[in-house]
Amino acid sequence: MTRAAVAAPGPAGSAADAAVLTEDLGKTYPGGTVAVAGLSLAVRRGEVLGLLGPNGAGKSTTAGMLTTTVRPTSGRAWVAGVDVAAAPARVHRHIGVVPQRNTLDRRLSVRDNLIFHGRYFGMRPAAARAAAARLLDQVSLADAAGKRVDELSGGMAQRLMIARAIMHGPEVLFLDEPTTGLDPQSRLAVHDIITGLQAAGQTILLITHDMTEAETLAGRVAIIDHGRLLALDTPAALKRMVPGGTVVTVTADGTGPAEFAAALAASVPGACDARLLGDAVLLTVDDGQPVLPAVLAAAGTCHARLREVRVDPPTLETVFIQLTGKELRES
Amino acid sequence: MTAPAPAARSDAAAALAAFGALLARDLTVLRRQPADFITRTIVQPVLFVFVLGYVSPRIGQPAAGSATQAATTLLAGMLAVVILFQGLFAVALPLVQDLGYTREIDDRLFAPLPARAVALEKIALGTIQGLLAALVIFPLAILIPAAPPAVHIHWAVLLTLAPLAALMCASLGLFLGTAMDPRLTMALFAVLITPLMWLGCALFPWSALHVIPWVQGLALADPLTYASEGLRAAVTSQPHLSLLVVYPVLAAATALLLWQATRHFTRRVIS
Repeated sequence: MTRAAVAAPGPAGSAADAAVLTEDLGKTYPGGTVAVAGLSLAVRRGEVLGLLGPNGAGKSTTAGMLTTTVRPTSGRAWVAGVDVAAAPARVHRHIGVVPQRNTLDRRLSVRDNLIFHGRYFGMRPAAARAAAARLLDQVSLADAAGKRVDELSGGMAQRLMIARAIMHGPEVLFLDEPTTGLDPQSRLAVHDIITGLQAAGQTILLITHDMTEAETLAGRVAIIDHGRLLALDTPAALKRMVPGGTVVTVTADGTGPAEFAAALAASVPGACDARLLGDAVLLTVDDGQPVLPAVLAAAGTCHARLREVRVDPPTLETVFIQLTGKELRES
Repeated sequence: MTAPAPAARSDAAAALAAFGALLARDLTVLRRQPADFITRTIVQPVLFVFVLGYVSPRIGQPAAGSATQAATTLLAGMLAVVILFQGLFAVALPLVQDLGYTREIDDRLFAPLPARAVALEKIALGTIQGLLAALVIFPLAILIPAAPPAVHIHWAVLLTLAPLAALMCASLGLFLGTAMDPRLTMALFAVLITPLMWLGCALFPWSALHVIPWVQGLALADPLTYASEGLRAAVTSQPHLSLLVVYPVLAAATALLLWQATRHFTRRVIS
């Protein structure tokens, strides 16, 4: 294995600035299930890349291949410049992994989970103890250091898993749905930790099916489904991809809704259509910016008294549905 | 190399350090829960020695020959049995938790060493525990019986055979723990332990079986037979299977089980 790694040529050029690089990476499980079908993407050093997709899209298989627990059946991938298929053990030195499930060592205390993890990576016991104390403080678990891990709440366990994953200073941190199943407070606490890591320059591959999470935390988002990359860009740029993604809802008194709808459709620039929903008029536009003056003008023309105007910009969910033609939670 | 390692340590050095740390982790867990070790190591063998080596002779039903003979037979047998139990309970059972739903082994699999080395560490731990258990049971198997056994230690045999037997049993444990669904492991134990032990020449010497040739033949299929008979040669002067048979069979069984067990382990943890 190691021999092959030494002989294997590195990825051309771009590897130098990519923390993670995949080329036509694919996984077909025995039995013929294609989990990942030729995925090519690059995670830049220091960025948080969100890997967004529905359940079964191939997110976890992709993460599995990059973290060496799943063997690719086609294509290649490099993490920190190391070929994942050729030198899996060496890849481990460069990655930290927070799996979906609680994989904490139940036979060790909270503190010892970190200390032994550090020692697996060659840290001296004293250095591991010091690093563990610092990290427990960082993730607000200092008071729980002596506890058994099955005494921890879901949120505490997740914070400990993150602390464990960064204990050895990995170049790339893999977070697999880090807030699934957490209550809102714990979720925010995890988000704060991720934001802090990001500020410190940590490269993170964030796997999620939570649109808001991807939008809040990720600099760029890769949308995948059926094991293929559908789009990869910043959340803002992805949202601009969607024509008619902004929904404008106008409610007014003192005028007939049909008449008002026609006036709005005529005056709002770029309005794709105007529909009635109860006593409200719904318009879809490409861009929400120039809408308000036009709505006011139309209201003036019809002598309508505006009660409410709501402009809903497109969300990643809109983008996702546009790209995949289905709701996220369907599969 | 496609990228310089963060530290100048080579892959091998990192793997070696990780291996040592994994072992340190397991020994720490062992040290902190001595009750676990004691119960699974001592209770059953002590009961065997008590019933067969103390009670039976006292009520006039020695298991085989005189009380001394019975105690002598049990001495080697119990060493083999505790070593076998360690392989099963110290290696195979924890795998149920490690590979089961909680996948506690994940973090150790992300340590900088190949998956096969993680499997080898489990075997190393089982071997160490097997030898520790043998050390614990040895004086008890001498003290408990009604008449003390005739101990005759052949150091060269003992110091080579005990580790080999422990390695074989730990490999057997890893094989049983990985070759099938962890949920079935418990059921398998219930089915396997008794025949393994009764046919393994732990409670009677293999030579005594000559009166029932088919059982004597069947016993040769039980790997524990070679451990028991080898240890019999190591700590007593009783008749035993030739060491020219014992060593090669133990070595071959160990090699086969090691190979298969690490292969199954890797398959279980890498898809």
